[in-house]
Amino acid sequence: MRLSVVDTELCVGCQCCMFACARRSGLGGIASSAITVRSMGGMEKGFKVIVCRACDDPPCARACPTGALTPKPGGGVRLNASKCIGCGRCAQACVLGAVQWDDDVNKPSICIQCGYCVSFCPHGVLAMEDK
Amino acid sequence: MLPNDPISRVLYIDLTKKTSQVVDRSDLFEAYIGGAGVAAQLLLEECPPGIDAFDPRNPIILAVGPLVGNLPLASKTVAMFKSPHTGNLGESHAGGRSAVAIRMAGYGAIVIKGASETPLWVSIDGDEVHLRDATTLWGLSNTVTGRVVRENEGGAGLRTILRIGRAGEQMLPYANVMCETYRHFGRIGLGAVFGSKKLKALVVSGKRSLPVADRRAYRQLYDEIYQQATTSKLMKKYHDLGTASNILPLNAIGGLPTRNLQAGRIVNAERISGEAFAEGYLGRRLACTHCPVGCIHIAALREPYENEPYFMRTRMVAYDYEPIFALGSMLGINEPRNLLRLLDRIDDFGLDCMSAGVVLAWATEAVEKGLIPADELDGVSLRWGGYQGYLAAAERLLSQPTPFYQALARGVDYASSVYGGREFALAYGGNEIPGYHTGPAAHLGFLLGARHSHLDNAGYSVDQKEMLKETVPPERLINMLLEEEGARQILSSLVVCFFARNLYDTNMILRSLEQVGMPMTAERLAEIGRDIWRAKYQFKLREGFDLLAQTVPQRIYETDSALGPIDETYMQQAIAYAANLIGELAPAS
Repeated sequence: MRLSVVDTELCVGCQCCMFACARRSGLGGIASSAITVRSMGGMEKGFKVIVCRACDDPPCARACPTGALTPKPGGGVRLNASKCIGCGRCAQACVLGAVQWDDDVNKPSICIQCGYCVSFCPHGVLAMEDK
Repeated sequence: MLPNDPISRVLYIDLTKKTSQVVDRSDLFEAYIGGAGVAAQLLLEECPPGIDAFDPRNPIILAVGPLVGNLPLASKTVAMFKSPHTGNLGESHAGGRSAVAIRMAGYGAIVIKGASETPLWVSIDGDEVHLRDATTLWGLSNTVTGRVVRENEGGAGLRTILRIGRAGEQMLPYANVMCETYRHFGRIGLGAVFGSKKLKALVVSGKRSLPVADRRAYRQLYDEIYQQATTSKLMKKYHDLGTASNILPLNAIGGLPTRNLQAGRIVNAERISGEAFAEGYLGRRLACTHCPVGCIHIAALREPYENEPYFMRTRMVAYDYEPIFALGSMLGINEPRNLLRLLDRIDDFGLDCMSAGVVLAWATEAVEKGLIPADELDGVSLRWGGYQGYLAAAERLLSQPTPFYQALARGVDYASSVYGGREFALAYGGNEIPGYHTGPAAHLGFLLGARHSHLDNAGYSVDQKEMLKETVPPERLINMLLEEEGARQILSSLVVCFFARNLYDTNMILRSLEQVGMPMTAERLAEIGRDIWRAKYQFKLREGFDLLAQTVPQRIYETDSALGPIDETYMQQAIAYAANLIGELAPAS
């Protein structure tokens, strides 16, 4: 299963998904959110909802110089934080901009495809789908 | 408060000295929670008694609360300042991304003092504060200013962009501050105070995590609040049609001020109802950050150019109940397209649309009654429903070609002091009325409310619930209004949206405060509410507010309210009682 964006036109920009993702750690705020929502350049144009697509051969993992990011069976990546040096190449490698950055720890926030955000989208923008 | 929670950090910026510093104000946040509570104390500290609102020493205070970034619907920023429109307490609330952005930047409040000699915008990204040259932005509309700042700053998706239009630059006392294009720090002139400091815009961004007391209990509490917010009927109403859903019910009971309150109903109200806007114009719905409700309704106004029929422009215009009242029924406009055209223009100027509508309504009646010399109209025809005249007049509020428009630019209180027509100048304490002619409680509420806002104490709701059943004795009515205003100070200190007031009842508030390390009793909470109200009134009294010297517009007695005629004696009794009570509760220090 992977996270998918059903229809960005339904998004009202509340960012509850971002708070949900960060809250998995038990904390408030959004530092560790692996999902991001922002306007298309003025809210009247609607929103971009940027999620990890769980690539089969993920460019972010290929760009990692220390082996901290490794491909997962079935798509997506796993982060071994102890190996991460915070160089940011993974974030640069993702053309979607789906590798978010946690400034609190200076490491990427990696989506683990858990679907927690889906249950906090009030308008059905997000869903889990079979890959 | 929890260790490592940045809520108690207050960022002080001095635009004269071009300096900034962060000071820990745990003292204020522990005693007054945040938002309105902390802002009122900062205002008392920072604003010297008796200064002009455009004195550089007048502070702009923006405060948020501890629940922001932790719990849904804690989404408001409270601004406090001395108002150039009322000459007294200025308090204005806005949502958008503002509250979460300030909290995520690591502050509980921001205080802006001094004034710049040249236009600038302030950029706050976490601990970094930059003052940027805004010379090239001066004179630009709200929309363009927002775009330029957006393109020149980082933090997309995590930032708030507050800015002023030409009305703010020209320091019109009812100029507002726009927030994320579709929200406003409206009423009583924060935009003019920005203008007086040459502050064209303020952008704030940040990203961080926030500590909670008990991670497991916090998540449970969150789920409960979120569940209620997304399933309650009230929230559904705000999500579906927005506040505009109130047009038809208010019109039906005769409480929708029409043609400068010469009536309480407008014919064909269904054409400017929330339902009609949703069906004919709704182009997008938006939410404030961390609010699953999404009450913001934006109309798509698609129009051909006059000489180029296949050349279309599409403007996106945020609408709500109040703009529909002020620029619709109040001006006799019941054609939604014309209403949106006028609203779009007034918004781009950065004028408060409620005050602007009431001002134009007063002007129309004053012209009708022959109070205005024809040559002072500058060729503009003001008549009910005539939106082109209103567009032309709105432009003249800025260009001010004659003394008449100069007077209108200062509000109905001032204009009627020059031209007469006091009895139909609909303002309280200098602030033009909101759209509720529901009965005596609404009007007493406007008069008594610390910021003369219908949201101070919800008198309109008391009219429709308590007064509808039986006429409550004036003393009891005043007690009810003051009690409600005290209770509302808690919400506006937590900076929880008033739409969520039923969800955030005392129990829920206490549980929420526990999770941010501020456990307290219900009694203490109520006491804090009263303390905050008292602090606001102390500021008001210090700045010369005298309830007994306030004028109640005669017009409210002439036009039947939703409860029938308003009894002048009843009002006088209530006011006399209130003046005594306020003297006791908030003695001048």
